[in-house]
Amino acid sequence: MDNVWGYILWVIFPYVALGSFFFGTIIRLAFYGGNITAKSSELLEKKQLMIGSILFHIGIIFVFFGHVVGIFIPKSFTDFLGIPNEVYHMGALFMGGMAGFMALAGMIILSYRRFTNKRVFMTSSFSDLVVNVSFLIVIVLGLSASLIEGTVFHPEFNYRLNLSVWARQLFYFRPNYHLMLQVPIVFRIHVICGLLIFAFFPYTRLVHALTLPWQYIFRRPIVYRKKGLRGRSK
Amino acid sequence: MKVKAQISMVLNLDKCIGCHTCSVTCKQTWTNRPGAEYMWFNNVETRPGVGYPKKWEDESHYKGGWKLNRKGKLELRAGNKLNKVALAKIFYNPDMPNLDDYYEPWTYDYQTLFGKESKHQPVARAKSQITGEYMDLTNGPNWDDDLAGSDRSFGEDPNMQNIESDIKGNFERTFMMYLPRLCEHCLNAACVASCPSGAMYKRDEDGIVLVDQERCRGWRFCMTGCPYKKVYFNWNTNKAEKCTFCYPRIEEGLPTVCSETCVGRIRYIGVILYDADRVAEACEEPDDTKLYEAQLGLFLDPNDPEVVEQALADGVDMETIRCAQKSPIYKMAVEQKIAFPLHPEYRTMPMVWYVPPLSPIMNYFEGKNSIKYPEMIFPAINEMRIPVEYLANLLSGGNTEVIKNALYKLAMMRLYMRARTSGKDFDAEKLDRVGLTEDSATSLYRLLAIAKYEDRFVIPQSKKEKVAPVAEDQGGLGFEQCNGCALAPVHGSMLRKAKAGESTKDIYAESFYGGIWRD
Repeated sequence: MDNVWGYILWVIFPYVALGSFFFGTIIRLAFYGGNITAKSSELLEKKQLMIGSILFHIGIIFVFFGHVVGIFIPKSFTDFLGIPNEVYHMGALFMGGMAGFMALAGMIILSYRRFTNKRVFMTSSFSDLVVNVSFLIVIVLGLSASLIEGTVFHPEFNYRLNLSVWARQLFYFRPNYHLMLQVPIVFRIHVICGLLIFAFFPYTRLVHALTLPWQYIFRRPIVYRKKGLRGRSK
Repeated sequence: MKVKAQISMVLNLDKCIGCHTCSVTCKQTWTNRPGAEYMWFNNVETRPGVGYPKKWEDESHYKGGWKLNRKGKLELRAGNKLNKVALAKIFYNPDMPNLDDYYEPWTYDYQTLFGKESKHQPVARAKSQITGEYMDLTNGPNWDDDLAGSDRSFGEDPNMQNIESDIKGNFERTFMMYLPRLCEHCLNAACVASCPSGAMYKRDEDGIVLVDQERCRGWRFCMTGCPYKKVYFNWNTNKAEKCTFCYPRIEEGLPTVCSETCVGRIRYIGVILYDADRVAEACEEPDDTKLYEAQLGLFLDPNDPEVVEQALADGVDMETIRCAQKSPIYKMAVEQKIAFPLHPEYRTMPMVWYVPPLSPIMNYFEGKNSIKYPEMIFPAINEMRIPVEYLANLLSGGNTEVIKNALYKLAMMRLYMRARTSGKDFDAEKLDRVGLTEDSATSLYRLLAIAKYEDRFVIPQSKKEKVAPVAEDQGGLGFEQCNGCALAPVHGSMLRKAKAGESTKDIYAESFYGGIWRD
């Protein structure tokens, strides 16, 4: 049974989730690009948003890059640089923990605001609520996995030997699910929840993260458009 | 020289009676949708007052428009690009107004007014259109209409800051005027420059500033950027919306809805040609009081053959040039200099201009042998009830001289016409003193007082069909998630009742009373 579940959870499910992410993103950007917005509710409430939004966004950006480093930089590379394992882990726990708590604090404020502020709540869609709750869950799981489970219950566990390897294998389509069976339970649930967020990412407000307006930095201030040249909408 | 054409508007405040017809027809046309309830693309404010949104002119608070940086170059007051990135303003825009600065939109619980007779008179309570809850009304789009806000909103009017304090609260000497406001369709639009997505743009052919609803990502910098606070955020579509200058009508050569329906005939629409190459230079004029003149300097004489030649070379079509030659805007703003931009000190080069009001002084002055001694108007205007300083703070960046000259001219024109119609003698030299001749005074009188439709609105058709498949756009709606006319089945109670199988007779009995259909 372990094999069947392992295969479903760590081979089939990740591809379904990531497939959903890429499929949804392509469809959204190609056909529904016009309805992508940051879904701001700043007009309706400003004070709680200020603290919540800034904390969460900065936190989650660091968390994201922390995950990228953790997954894509193999242990062999830091060994080659001569960074001892303990130093790496302390650094990762410290910086990741800081970023994680920032994101968590921000998300708690944002979720409290979304559910208790009448104006914000009444103008929220179901998916807005889901996004808030799922971020809360995944951040709490992530923090408790690395700060409690990884240090107290399984101090010998090193995610860079199995979890990261499996995650890298996903990208060249040869995931070895046995690697994931060595991973402690909270880590595993965190991975599942994280993948779920990726799965619904393009169908929710989260998609605004993909449309950062880089061109603003380089463009001229006043934009003129000639008639007839406007992109035609569907 | 790069010649561009700009559709612009002049409002003759002397004739504005503050009836709000422009606002209401605009609302019926553009913003009667969910998410847009609080938006007034056009609104009429009583001045002095705090306006809508509250204290929108206080740029130290809202950070709208442009300022000159230390090097004397233009910079958005809300922060340049580096500042916006460094301070993570994209996650939270510190200077954006919130709903309470405008007002929370409401409707009334009308249903309680019908039903069985009860002991107490039923009352329709206000219900928020956002949360659906009962609410106490503390603010509205026009809360201080006709000085209803009294000395409180007087004192909070930023234009009153450098006016002697004794005028402020002294109700015997109180004054007021109306200020209809819409998007200024600026030449140097701060909202356009603020938009990270590039969704906001000026139309090349007529300078109308629009929000591309397909590209707007709801970053909200336009709301802060606009010093007039005329870009709004739709909480339903999560996108920015603003006055469109009724571009579908303008393209057909028709005036905007607000202008068409103005009962006082105070609005004028026309084309003006300007030199796009010199806009940045004019905006960087260091002296606030000279910005009005700097902007005037951008406008080109449409009758100058050189300008016409260059305009044609720059792609302005002949019909637009012909309209520019007959433009009431050019006549009032450039030739007669009686119209002024609203707050030129924001450095956006606004293109909706205003003729300052004169009425109170004329009521006082006329009938006091004024025709015999028309020069009495000069000292009288200095002691006008609406202080010239107030008008100058509003319309010329504090330059009182130009406002006075315009008022002299308007007053003298009236005295001249009064003398003529009542068969009195009038010394034409008096006209000369304010820069008028008998002919120009007559034609100015016709433009301002008679204000024929064809004189007020000289608008070229856009010829859009030559470059775009317009047939495809027919029946299209500008704003996303706007059901437009299709809203009737959703909201129309009569249609709902009919669907539910109620008989036509019953619906008639329920919905038609008091001489009107109530839906």
